[in-house]
Amino acid sequence: MSKIANKQEICNVLLEQAANDKDIVVLCSDSRGSASMAPFAKERPEQFVEVGIAEQNLVSISAGLASCGKKAFAVSPACFLSTRSMEQAKVDVAYSRTNVTLVGISGGVSYGALGMTHHSANDIATMASIPNMRVYIPSDHFQTRKLIEALLKDEEPSYVRVGRNAVADVYEDGNVPFVMNQATLVEAGSDVTLIACGEMVKPAKDAAMQLKEKGISARVLDMYCVKPIDADAVFKAVTETKVIVTVEEHTKYGGLGSMVSQIAAEQGSCRVVNLSLPDEPVVTGKSQEVFDHYGLNADGIAKRVMELI
Amino acid sequence: MDLKQKACDIRKNIITLIHMAGTGHIGGDLSVTDILVMLYYKQMNVSPDLLRDANRDRFVMSKGHSVEALYSILADRGFFPKSDLDTYSTYGSKYIGHPNNKVNGVEMNTGSLGHGLSVAVGMALAGKMDHRPYRVYAVMGDGEMAEGSVWEGIMAGGHYKLDNLTAFVDRNRLQISGKTEEVMSQERQEERWAAFGWNVLSVNGNDMDALDEAVEKAKAVKGQPTVIIANTTKGCGVSFMENQVGWHHRVPTDEEYQKAIEELDFRRAQYE
Repeated sequence: MSKIANKQEICNVLLEQAANDKDIVVLCSDSRGSASMAPFAKERPEQFVEVGIAEQNLVSISAGLASCGKKAFAVSPACFLSTRSMEQAKVDVAYSRTNVTLVGISGGVSYGALGMTHHSANDIATMASIPNMRVYIPSDHFQTRKLIEALLKDEEPSYVRVGRNAVADVYEDGNVPFVMNQATLVEAGSDVTLIACGEMVKPAKDAAMQLKEKGISARVLDMYCVKPIDADAVFKAVTETKVIVTVEEHTKYGGLGSMVSQIAAEQGSCRVVNLSLPDEPVVTGKSQEVFDHYGLNADGIAKRVMELI
Repeated sequence: MDLKQKACDIRKNIITLIHMAGTGHIGGDLSVTDILVMLYYKQMNVSPDLLRDANRDRFVMSKGHSVEALYSILADRGFFPKSDLDTYSTYGSKYIGHPNNKVNGVEMNTGSLGHGLSVAVGMALAGKMDHRPYRVYAVMGDGEMAEGSVWEGIMAGGHYKLDNLTAFVDRNRLQISGKTEEVMSQERQEERWAAFGWNVLSVNGNDMDALDEAVEKAKAVKGQPTVIIANTTKGCGVSFMENQVGWHHRVPTDEEYQKAIEELDFRRAQYE
């Protein structure tokens, strides 16, 4: 198990880069502690803005800063950032094309037992539906670093979702394949393709190992770039494997599964099955307990594939 | 040219645009005209040559539906050819019914109320961070004050003591459904803003000299943002449009159009 949560790695990258780039500004909505941004606030107070518990203000102020040349990172719980301030994301960030990165922390069901108010199982749907807004959900801290470094090099709006806890590594030090806006091939395979994002990539990878023992060759794609989705990788999966199974920590409508299914449907012949959270206030508990409840784990993914093959 | 005459010309242009296109928010355009003329021809350091200048003043039209007033002024100041406005509100034109930053001189896209002040707070914060001399202006409607996000922006402006920020409330006392006081009370604006730490000035918002004087005062204040409650008349300058709720977004008939232009020509002649 990795010791570094993805959100912590975001803080690390921003702190490193902010030393030489005065235009990097981090904004929080009384969320610096939960966002692991306290070190940034402490070391770079002149590049940190606190707005209080006011997510709409958070996003609009970020846009104003960005319109004056700043690289604004608005860091706030994903549940609030992706819905309460959705209109600010739409108008002030995406429509106005300001250089704002919205970082939704403790995303998905990270806040498990706190209930539906604190879940953001619909953030792909809300954010990806906005023109000009990109959506990224990195899997582990290695990929998170690569992603944030890439985002610092462009000036377009984006939404990044990361979970609350440190998660098991998908990649390893010195071996982190990453091309911006291209799905990462985690495992090669020819029978079935597992397309996952965020915290679901590791269980998908583990499921592929289980399937291998049963003689099934599973390809695993890390679709951290939910939007713009890597359509070429999906096309290849459609033509080269028999079944696609998508796995995501998101409600069944408007997420990764919906997007992959849309692309696959245009191509025709490949069956696509979506594994996701159901369209209901989900059961409460720790993230892993919620995942286990709905079969969003290696066993559940492997079992579903066995039923399909 | 005298700015009062300029305001008459801008009003004529607004009415012509709306009459031509068959759409627009005429009442609020006419109430906010004097504020914009004072800012764009007297106070603000903006021009087509300074479009990318980091030290230019920033303006946010938070009440984005008064875009015809803004377009008329930007065209007159040379930010784009006046003939561009022939396409206003037509298929594929960038000159749409709310400001967007594809149009030269427009800093930020607006149209949904309650965003502009917070964006202006961000611009003012950036100015403070980079020690730049520019000032930031935002214009809001009084109906807009019902949006909760406005108060988040007011809170942050006061908290960060943004003395490079000046907000205007176009207090014309009417909104689409009727009188503001009947739709949602906006009384004692001065006290509301003051409670959040703002320097508050209240003036006749259709009096160019009073507005100019208020901005001069705002520039002199240290450690506080300023709000200028601009008490205006909706439809100002055209007798039959003044204080009539129906003229929020009515389009003048040919006859009404002629009469409005005649009234503004008469008014303009008085300033010569």
